[in-house]
Amino acid sequence: MNRYKDTPELEARMHSPLMERIVELKENFYAESGKYDYAPQNFEDAMDNYDRVLELTGSVCDDVIAPNAESVDREGSHCSGGRVQYSEGTAQDLKVMHQAGLSGFGLPRQYGGLNMPVTVFSAVGEMISRADASFQNVWGLQSCADTINEFGSPEQKEKYLTMASNGATMSMDLTEPDAGSDLQSVMLKATEDVENGCWRLNGVKRFITNGDSDIHLVLARSEEGTTDGRGLSLFIYDKRNGGVNVRRIEDKMGIHGSPTCELVFNNAKAELCGDRRLGLIKYVMSLMNGARLGIATQSVGIQDAAWREATSYAAERRQFGRAIDTFPAVYQMLAVMKAKIEASRSLMYETSRYVDIYKSLDQIAKVRTLTPEERQESKRYSRLADALTPITKGMTSEFANQNAYDSIQIHGGSGFMRDYACERLYRDARITSIYEGTTQLQVVAALRYVTSGVYSQYVKDMLATLPDSETKAAISALVEKLDAMTAHVLDQKETEVNDFCGRRLMESAAYCVMSTLLLRDSIETPDLFDKPLRVFIDLAKSQVEGHASVVMGWTPESTEYYK
Amino acid sequence: MDKFSIIVLAKQVPDTRQVGKDAMNADGTINRAALPAVFNPEDLNALEQALAIKDRFPGSTVTMLTMGPERAKEIVMEGVYRGADGGYLLTDRLFAGADTLATSYALSTAIRKIGKYDIIIGGRQAIDGDTAQVGPQVAEKLGLNQITYVEEVLDMDSKSVTVKRVITGGVETVKAPLPCVLTVNGSAAPCRPRNAKLLMGRKNYEVPAWTVADVNADPAKCGLSGSPTKVKKIENIVFQAKESKRYGDSDADIAALVDELAVNHIIG
Repeated sequence: MNRYKDTPELEARMHSPLMERIVELKENFYAESGKYDYAPQNFEDAMDNYDRVLELTGSVCDDVIAPNAESVDREGSHCSGGRVQYSEGTAQDLKVMHQAGLSGFGLPRQYGGLNMPVTVFSAVGEMISRADASFQNVWGLQSCADTINEFGSPEQKEKYLTMASNGATMSMDLTEPDAGSDLQSVMLKATEDVENGCWRLNGVKRFITNGDSDIHLVLARSEEGTTDGRGLSLFIYDKRNGGVNVRRIEDKMGIHGSPTCELVFNNAKAELCGDRRLGLIKYVMSLMNGARLGIATQSVGIQDAAWREATSYAAERRQFGRAIDTFPAVYQMLAVMKAKIEASRSLMYETSRYVDIYKSLDQIAKVRTLTPEERQESKRYSRLADALTPITKGMTSEFANQNAYDSIQIHGGSGFMRDYACERLYRDARITSIYEGTTQLQVVAALRYVTSGVYSQYVKDMLATLPDSETKAAISALVEKLDAMTAHVLDQKETEVNDFCGRRLMESAAYCVMSTLLLRDSIETPDLFDKPLRVFIDLAKSQVEGHASVVMGWTPESTEYYK
Repeated sequence: MDKFSIIVLAKQVPDTRQVGKDAMNADGTINRAALPAVFNPEDLNALEQALAIKDRFPGSTVTMLTMGPERAKEIVMEGVYRGADGGYLLTDRLFAGADTLATSYALSTAIRKIGKYDIIIGGRQAIDGDTAQVGPQVAEKLGLNQITYVEEVLDMDSKSVTVKRVITGGVETVKAPLPCVLTVNGSAAPCRPRNAKLLMGRKNYEVPAWTVADVNADPAKCGLSGSPTKVKKIENIVFQAKESKRYGDSDADIAALVDELAVNHIIG
């Protein structure tokens, strides 16, 4: 059974009412139909194409990536002579994905790409991650090409996007030993080589995922004497030019198939991407939002894999004369895991849809002037995507950790042994709430939308479109609690209180948003989502009310106990 | 650079790897409804060799050829989605019930109709019959050279093909003049997956279907009427330990073993 076809919850998310708009924008009103034999002629044709591509990806995951996952984890990557060698399984995964024609997934057809929407890319990311989370890092990084597509010159697009469609691997080289969460401190030096019409990069990057890739996007300091983000620019480095070596790869807890590299740049030839000084403040912010959504898809895939492992084990394992999944303690855990998956999917795919709409409009804006309505639409979805991305990444990655933890718990002692996949999932899950911005940083990014009431209004607007129900009333009550908490925290007029209560506020807002989206999905497809919805609402109540019970009494003095 | 015309023989078979309780009918024939229909596994190995030749010699063409009911056109589509240029389905009630002789006859008439071929390649055998006869019989009917048990096509030029073939205890490299029939082992390279662009771009490909009349075949040589094979009975045999016999290495024991096998028509 194909892992796409055996997950109707995933297929249902491909059939959202927004999809028709997404497709016509992504296809620029079917402008390429007739020009390329694989360009769709209309909406139904496009949806059929997506279905085919997802089923294909599912079969590659089933036949190749999932069976390789264990050996990839055991073998890991290798590094010698300044180069990285993937594990045998990862190399095979890459080869087969490319043979399956899945490279250049979201890129325009003129560069050999498939022109697939982000929403479909997210579904692919989820399936791959369920098969082998580490492979999602290696393969998913091809979406770095989107940044070149958005901001690169025509020559750069022609060169690098074509390479990406031909299977070139990519990496984004941001982190340095002294610049992790705080990317404004990046020091890698970029010097203009006027004589050769290029730039030269010198310095060290650390923790670079897939760091020996064919095409690197490098954040570097181009403006001498600057110390903040405004002195940073984005560069493209082509591995064939040489000048970047891998000093070592990290010996990590999980995602062993994904090489994490320390890179030494020694006068490496590079090209400027876009304008100087906009590297961090514009391009990397855009890149990071895409990367965060990528981690959310990885998180959902891990959540799902962990739940499946736990479900099949609990059905087979018998204690006290019965299968352990008949005990309330166990089936309750399984139901909560499933509810977290579905709430995560509802949020993650909604965010993907918003990204699709505004990014497609951005692309159309390059060839013609948008109508005032289109400009409004672009702005609206761009804002929504920016607001939902941090809670998507933050919540799905925390849930991935929780599901991986519970999966081991359900396996009991066996789950602690390396014989079962849940152990690998537990290690692989751990990084999701750390890289591409820790959960704590997602809280910072989300907090401004909490305090400005964006999430609260978003939920209220959506609830207003849904029929009245007990669940809807329950969510409305939670939003009132969120509003009260927000008002109370703002009343303290103290940034530290904001920051201190940030996690509780962000989670409360996220529970409201996720419950609402899952309610909407459940109205569309009750067979699939009614039970997970009810379970999730119970969870949301306990969490939001718990947070409210603490936050509502909070004062600046309360922070003192914690110091 | 040379260009080659390659015909891939492929069969849709019940997936005998998924045999369950209801896999056989009461009369001992296969219950096709209970088993999913799949691309015969070794034919996929053959398809990969064909596509690899096309990769190496751009401009070469790969044409699928299969015989079966209407739904067997899925086999042609599967080939197209993995990189074949097109194909044909031989389908006619008159083709039904064919044994290997009638099958190879039907395929050979279709190949004659296609007309242009340098290589005809198929799997060693199909998992539903395990006869390994169709490939060699096609070669005989067309008067072509054949190489069986192919592991890998090593090289080709305008006049010949060089392959690695498996023999007992090893491999050998052999060269044969074109055109030539090859049958490929399951241990050969696995077939590449379907390709996303082909899945989308060629989904509306209409598989041409040929009848007995279309390929100018003699109806008497097709299907049941062209099949001398008669299945008397199919039994499910479960061997038990107490049914085993032991023979030593004395001349008398060896003679007794040969006699026993001859009596049961296993040899001789």
